[in-house]
Formats: sequence, structure tokens, C-alpha cells
Amino acid sequence: MSIPTAHAGETATALSFQNLSVSFETEFSDVHAVKGLSLEVYPGEVVALVGESGSGKSVTSTAAIGLLPPNAYITGKALVGGVNVVGLAESKMRKMRATDIAMVFQEPMTALNPVLTIERQLTESLELHGLAYGKEATKRAIELLQMVGIPEPRKRVKQYPHQFSGGQRQRIVIAMAISCDPKVIIADEPTTALDVTVQAEILDLLRELKDKLNTGILLITHNMGVVADLADRVAVMFRGSLVETGTVDQVLNHPVHPYTQKLLSSVPRLEAVDVTGTWEPEPAEVVDPERKLVLEAKNLVLEYDMRGSKFRAVDDVSFELARGQILGIVGESGSGKSTVAKAVLGLLPVASGVLAVQGTNLASLRPRAARAIRAKIGVIFQDPAASLNPRFPIGDCITEPMVVHKVGNRAERIRRAEELLDAVHLPSSVINRYPHELSGGQRQRICIARALTLDPELLIADEPTSALDVSVQAAVLEMIQELQARYEFACLFVSHDLAVVDLLAHNVVVMKDGKSVEQGRVSDVLHAPQHDYTRRLLAAAPVPEPREQAVRREARRLLMELENPDS
Amino acid sequence: MKSDIEPDEQELVSLVEVEDAELARKSSQSKSQGQLVRRRFLNHKAAMISTVVLVVITLTAFTSIGFAGIPGWWGQSYLKSSSVVNGGAPTLSLWPSWLGGPGFAIGDHPFGQDNTGKDYFALVMRGTQKSIIIAVTVGALSTFIGAIIGAVAGYFRGWVDEVLMRLTDLFIVIPLLVLAAVLGQLAGSKLGGSIFALALVLGLLTWTGLARLVRGEILSLREREYVAAAQAMGSKTSRVIFKHLLPNTIGVIVVNATFAIAGAILLETSLSFLGFGVKAPESSLGLLISQYQNAFTNRPWLFWWPGMLIVAIALSVNFLGDGLRDAFDPRQTKKTRRRTKKEEVSE
Repeated sequence: MSIPTAHAGETATALSFQNLSVSFETEFSDVHAVKGLSLEVYPGEVVALVGESGSGKSVTSTAAIGLLPPNAYITGKALVGGVNVVGLAESKMRKMRATDIAMVFQEPMTALNPVLTIERQLTESLELHGLAYGKEATKRAIELLQMVGIPEPRKRVKQYPHQFSGGQRQRIVIAMAISCDPKVIIADEPTTALDVTVQAEILDLLRELKDKLNTGILLITHNMGVVADLADRVAVMFRGSLVETGTVDQVLNHPVHPYTQKLLSSVPRLEAVDVTGTWEPEPAEVVDPERKLVLEAKNLVLEYDMRGSKFRAVDDVSFELARGQILGIVGESGSGKSTVAKAVLGLLPVASGVLAVQGTNLASLRPRAARAIRAKIGVIFQDPAASLNPRFPIGDCITEPMVVHKVGNRAERIRRAEELLDAVHLPSSVINRYPHELSGGQRQRICIARALTLDPELLIADEPTSALDVSVQAAVLEMIQELQARYEFACLFVSHDLAVVDLLAHNVVVMKDGKSVEQGRVSDVLHAPQHDYTRRLLAAAPVPEPREQAVRREARRLLMELENPDS
Repeated sequence: MKSDIEPDEQELVSLVEVEDAELARKSSQSKSQGQLVRRRFLNHKAAMISTVVLVVITLTAFTSIGFAGIPGWWGQSYLKSSSVVNGGAPTLSLWPSWLGGPGFAIGDHPFGQDNTGKDYFALVMRGTQKSIIIAVTVGALSTFIGAIIGAVAGYFRGWVDEVLMRLTDLFIVIPLLVLAAVLGQLAGSKLGGSIFALALVLGLLTWTGLARLVRGEILSLREREYVAAAQAMGSKTSRVIFKHLLPNTIGVIVVNATFAIAGAILLETSLSFLGFGVKAPESSLGLLISQYQNAFTNRPWLFWWPGMLIVAIALSVNFLGDGLRDAFDPRQTKKTRRRTKKEEVSE
């Protein structure tokens, strides 16, 4: 397999895979994770390796740095700066890490050691590889912090990881990766755990560093927007094989392989957005007097009890949700969006204000009456791996609400389970299977079925697709839409993904730090935002089209300059 | 571009379709977690050997001299004295004659006789019975109490947790042996020296370790979304604890129950050795060792038989626990195959 590239025969590769195959020996059978992959990364270029779960993209990168688990069986070559690391002795591999190949991990919260200062962690690899010692190493550490944009590096280098925000920690992880000037950096989902606005900043940083350091970057990601923003070339993996490679423009705008085409069409896009705020909002629709309110919040306040002191997670939020409508709640982490969902589910008491389901205020209910209300509310959570009891067969999972509310007999429950499995397009034979036998997307469909068991009036969906692959997300969203049209329930849809909310919801509430900053129809709020924060959110969300993303990036830069004219 | 996808799936280009096709292709035989655990356990050599040893010891102990009024196949009683033959030396001989030994023989008193001429095999078997009964009772009782206390503390947290955990600490800080000796003595005199009184006391004192472990497990499990889902659908607290939380701590519970049993055997032995546990004419392995500790130099068999049985039982129960732990948590078992394969490749 030869890959057309502008660099061919010009310079030595920073990283190159030649016919790499990896299989894992498991308890039951051998799993072929990577099947004969060949790919090159040249100095100063970003190659994005994209694919969904099980595509083998992370296994490929882990093979390059020699960190695969002991049950992996590797053939082929993985050349790091000309040295084959497949089968390389651990002692030699250790010498190459940091100086030849470095890694940026997904989770900045756990990638740093909480009990060591940043100085200690940054100088560690410098001293290990004999590049600098003592004062000199500290000086270099401060330079590195400066380079990745940490303010007051001289002071902050003495601090511990918990004194930095998530985005800053990821900057520090990047500083560690570039500390020994590696030939290639593997960035494994470097922005997945971050909020969109922080993600945009980290992407800016990576772009800046790539030009400055002439390092090759292998970017592992599932987010096509990130690819469009940062990558020069794209390699698409599917089930262990490379299905398509090319420049970012070729792959994202003119995909050839049907898998790539399907994948790109699954990405929800938020288009026709005007972040400049010049749009005149359309006159508000007259409220339909016939509508039936299912959920209503008035000046809702929710508080967490933090060892005696109260933490106000939601402050004075009001919204209405009518039958047959989908209300999206969007915001970044810590905005209180999931807390609202928790309160509706009765997992958190209402501190003040009104939270009413079909006119009944939850705050004033007794436990027995509250339990009866629960039968009218279905719920889908974020993590499909954790939201089904691993000891329950699927049939029991789905019919549990019937058991709890003493509805129907055994035969009726089984019939209902089969009906619901059919509604979520799964075979009825799944009834006797266990959750661990299903994939994430299939489990999430089981969760949807469970949420609908008692024909709820209200469905609470708390980030239901954020743990799923793009194409699976598309299927699940389509399913929610289809079921909503059929059963006409109201749906409270909590998400951080503006494009998903745009696709699905009728109305939207944008939350920040526990407060609602803007709310209204999706067509108004997400396409002609009036509030600066909404604009910033929209500008930060990358779009899977390189040219449009460049325009969006520029708009975001202007927006930031308008807000902070001095910086 | 050629891809390695199997021909029948060539046209499948979406992950959803691939996953659904895989699900449909799976054999109709579905394995629950329990079945997977059982399979791993049956493949664990040390655990299986231990199980066999334990079953043989238990069966021999209970069938040989009989139990609860049912007579056994061994003709002699642990209470009846007879004349001491050959200084009470064991008649059991495993030394084959072609190696210059006396040949294989069981004889009248395979384990020998004690001072008063009682058959030592019968005595040791009786002691083993009692030790096993005490150990299993203690194991069951302490597991039950520990699991409930741990689950309640972990689920409710707050003041309930505080009270229960300080109670646990209280039990932990008082030396177990002293407490068990005093209470065992007390219960023994009230209940007429029954071994169940002793088992009850030991069970009421040894639940602390499991309570802490289960509490820790529950604290992490209760944050799982399936627990939130169960609460949100209106499940009662008891259902959440007994259907959703405790069954998922079964690994911790089962593994620790076996270690509790091994611990109880040793604890009973220590107590009886010190004279606070089982009393003569009743027999237990610890009591036998205590009675004949002076015989060690001239008649060592009186010491060795009960000693060996204690070690055999405690070891096999521990191996059993190891096997169960590996079965419940397969990630702990190490695989070494890659090294060899990788070396082949790099040649």
C-alpha cells in the first residue's frame, strides 16, 4: 500500500508503520486488533488517525511506544526515527521514550502525579535522559511552561497539579511531552475530556507548537471537528484496517470509501451559525394555549451539601417543557446541567423554587406519592457500561420498572420486553443475554427500552450519546427521535454537544455556572445567539470541514479579542 | 484498496450494523457472569486440588465415626478406652515391603492410642468434625453480619456510617483472642459447653474485616448509573441494596468468607489450645494439640496428626479462596506468553 504524500522520498519519517499487525490473546479466542497497517508521519506534520471503537487506532499508537499489554502479539515494523520498536528490549525502549517518542494522554486529571510539584514532573525526564540537571533543568521547565502558555511560570512551577485547571493541566502534559524534543508525539484523544472552549485553546497550542518544533504528531481522535482543525493528513481505520488515507481536504470533503462517507454523514453539523450577533431574532411564537405542560421549573435552586457548607449548583433557573417537545440543556462541565436532571429524577432535593411534573411539585411530595410519579419518568444515562446491572439479564433490566411498580405478570412483562426490544431494533433473543455481551451502543438502546417500559410522560436523557461513537450516536439519536414521534413523550435532553441539541431539540437552555444565560427556540439561540457566552461556545465547537473550520477559528479569535482587547 | 474484512461483511460499513451482525452471529448459548466465574474456577489447579483435599477430609471426618447419632464405618469410639498396645504407637504403615518396610497395613489403631488407650483416629476425626463445624458456622455468621453492616454503612453514609464504622473500630481495637476467650467461656457455661455457643461468639467477633471491605465496594458501586437508574424508577432502598448492590460485591464476599473460615479454624485452635475453647471429653484439633504438647518428644504422633490436619484444612481453604479471587477477577492473573512470542519475532 503506498500513500501519496507531498513528502515522499524527501525527508526521513518521524514515525512509520510497515505492515503492522497486532493480535491479543484473550480468555476465549485471539482478537485481531490491527491487520497489516502501513502509515507514515513526517516531521512537522499532523496525521490524524480516526476511527470508532474497535478500529485499532489506539492499539496502533500504543504499539509505537511499546506499552501494549503482555498478551499482545505483534508483527511487522513500527519505525520511530528509523529504529524498529517492535520486539525492542524494554531497556532500549525506555531510552527512546520522551527523547524520540512522547505521548499526550486523554485524561489530564490522571496523567499528572498529584503528590509531586510540576517542577519535579517536568524535570524528571530531562534528568533521566541526561539533558539537564538541577537549576538548569528548572530553568528549562519554566521555559516549557512559558511555551505552553501557563501564566507566571516562575511561580507556578512550584505548584501541585490540583492548583491548575483541567485545560492548564493538559498544557502541562503537553509541556512534558515536548520537554526532550521528541521526533514524534502521539496525542491520544488529547481534547476529548475537555470542554469545547478549552479544547479550542489546546488545539491552538498544538498547532503553534507543531510549527515551532518541527515534530511529527500522530493525532488519535474520533472527533472530525478536531481533525479538520489540526490535521494535515487523515488516515481512517475500520475494524483493524486502514480504509482510506489522504489530505484533510480529500478525506473530509471527497471521501472515497463507503465507510468514511457513512462516518462523515453521521457527524451532526451545526450550520448557518451567526456568531457576530447582527441577526435580528424572529418574533417569538405565540404560546399554544392548548399545550400540556409536563415539566416546569420556576426559580429553581439546587444545592449540594459539601460537608456542612452548601454549594449552589443551580441558581434561579426557570423553564417549561410541554408534551411532545424536546428541551435541550447545554453547558460546559460544572454548569449544573446534569444537576437539573438529577433533581427531576428525585436524586437531589429541591432547595427552593418549584419543580413540577405534570403540575405536581416534587418538593412538597411524600415518599409514597413521589414513587408513583417516578413511574411517569424514564431515564437514560451517559455511560452505557455502568447503567445496566451486570448481574441482570437484559430481560430483567428492561422489565425492572414493571417489577418495581408491580405492573403486569411474568408473561406480560416478557411480552413488553420483546415489544420494546423490537422498538429499539434488537432481536428478542437478547432477552436472556447479559449486558457484558453487548456493545456500548446496544446497551444504550437497552437503556432506552428500559426508560420506555412504563410509557413515560417524560424522558430524561443525561448526555445519552456522549460516550458513544459517532455513527452509533447518529443511530441512537435517530431512534430517540423516532420513538418520541411515536410515543409523544416530553424529553429533557442534557448535552454538552451543541450540534446534537440542534439536531434534536425544539427549545434550548444554555447554562453557565448554575445560571441560565440564554434560552428559547433552538433556531434562535443556536443560530443567532444574543449572549456572548453562547457565541463563544458556538465559535469554539469545531466543524468537520477544514475550510469552514478555518473561518470559524478566525471568528473565534476576533470574538476573543473583542472581549479582551488588552490581550 | 483491499481490506481484510470478511467477504460476508464486505458491504457492512457502519459500526452499528457490524455490532448487530456480531450479536446475531453469537451462539444462542449465553453465559452469565456466574458461569464465567465457575469456568475460571474449574480451570484453577491449586483450587481444584484443595477442593478435593477438603472434600476428602470432611467426608472422612463425618462418615468414619458417625455424626449426630448415625453410626460410622469406623468401629471404635472416641470415648471408649481399651488397653494400650505397643505404647500406643500408630499401626498405620505406608512403607512398602520391597523397600524394607513392614508393608502396607492399617491395623487396629492407625493413628495410635492416647494415654488412656482411646483410639486416636476416632479422637482426631471427632476433633476435625468439631473444628469444621465451628469454622463453617463462624464463616457464615461473620460473612452475613459483615456484609449487612458494610452494605448499610456504605449505602446510607452520613451518621449511620459513622456509628457503624466506629462500632467496627471498637471490635477491631480489642484484642480478639482475649475477647473471644472471655465471651466463649461465658457463653459456654451458660449454654452447657456447646460448641455452637463458641461458634456464635467467634462469629459475632470476626465480621469486622468483611464489613469494611463491603462498605468500600458499596461506596464505589452506589455511584454507578444503574443504581441511580433504580432509584430514579422508584425502587425501595431494600431492593437497591439487595438486588443491585450486594450481588455485585459477591466476589469480595465469597473470597473473604473462605479466608474467614480458615481464620476461624486457627482461632478455634488457639482458643482450645489455651484452654478457653472446646473442653474434654469433647474433642477438637486445638484441644488435642494442647493436651499432648508434652508428648511431642516421645510420642510425636499425638501431636502430628491433629497438627497436620489443621495445616491441611487451613491451607486448602486458603487456596480455595485464591482460586475464587482469580475467578472473580481474571485481570489479576498474569500471562507470560507474549515474551516468548515476541522474542521469536525479533529473531
